[in-house]
Amino acid sequence: MILVTVGTQLGFDRLIRLMDEIALHLPTTVVAQIGAGSFIPRNMQYHRSLEPSRFLELVENARVIVGHAGVGTVLAAEKYRKPLIVFPRSAGLGEHRNDHQAATASALAGRQGISVATDRDELERTLRRGLRSELELPLGPKPGPSLLAAVARFVETGELAF
Amino acid sequence: MRVLAVASGGGHWEQLLLLRDAFSRHEIHFATTSKVSKHEIGAISVQILPDCNLRQPLRTLECAVRSAFLIARLRPQIVISTGAAPGLLCIFWGRVMGARTLWIDSIANADRLSLSGRLAMRIAHRCLTQWEHLARERTVHYAGALL
Repeated sequence: MILVTVGTQLGFDRLIRLMDEIALHLPTTVVAQIGAGSFIPRNMQYHRSLEPSRFLELVENARVIVGHAGVGTVLAAEKYRKPLIVFPRSAGLGEHRNDHQAATASALAGRQGISVATDRDELERTLRRGLRSELELPLGPKPGPSLLAAVARFVETGELAF
Repeated sequence: MRVLAVASGGGHWEQLLLLRDAFSRHEIHFATTSKVSKHEIGAISVQILPDCNLRQPLRTLECAVRSAFLIARLRPQIVISTGAAPGLLCIFWGRVMGARTLWIDSIANADRLSLSGRLAMRIAHRCLTQWEHLARERTVHYAGALL
């Protein structure tokens, strides 16, 4: 199963439409969380918004995850060590208020287990590699010990100690 | 310490929960913009604030009023937020009402601080970025990242 998510808030019709076209030719089912999008998929199971626990269950059962560059998606993919293909929203196409998702995507591109696709060909090619288990898996969740320690210190003392 | 930890629903909230161990030994209250069970996250209370962003003046005003009442009632000693606008408003009122305040900019902002983050830099006592290259001497610090 392939899980597609664009988050629970904004829609992202361009990605959902592309995935709906690609899904027709894929040898596996595709489940999509489409948020507030107006395009209704024909070739994928879809949900507007999934409960967090149900979402994680789907992540756990997915072979590949396709998503916008959302932190929640990245963290979930790393938690269950599933290859993630990030397809960022574009502010130029009116899909986001600013291009911070593209920025996040490029910053995430070097991370193990995360690939970035920006058009249909790249998306389909990367997806097929994922289904053949040719994509690297993420390393697993890595809580940042120093950030946690800095915040803990601030809560104790009201200072970060720099 | 009485701590109020604030984040909008979605990625901001997820990042806040990942920092939970930093305040688990304290009296922790959460505030967010979508429904969450307090039992699920082990908090004393979860307050719901209206979602807003700084480009929606009316929603922001509503959230500003609601967050002012929230802070006045809870009187937290520490206010922490991972964003976005509702968190910034809580930091503002927290500071006005005597709390120590910490802003942690979302990891999604890799190119520059978010708009809320740039304002938080002036309002919060301390401001953290999760990207080392965005740190600036004295105003924005880097102390690691969640991802």
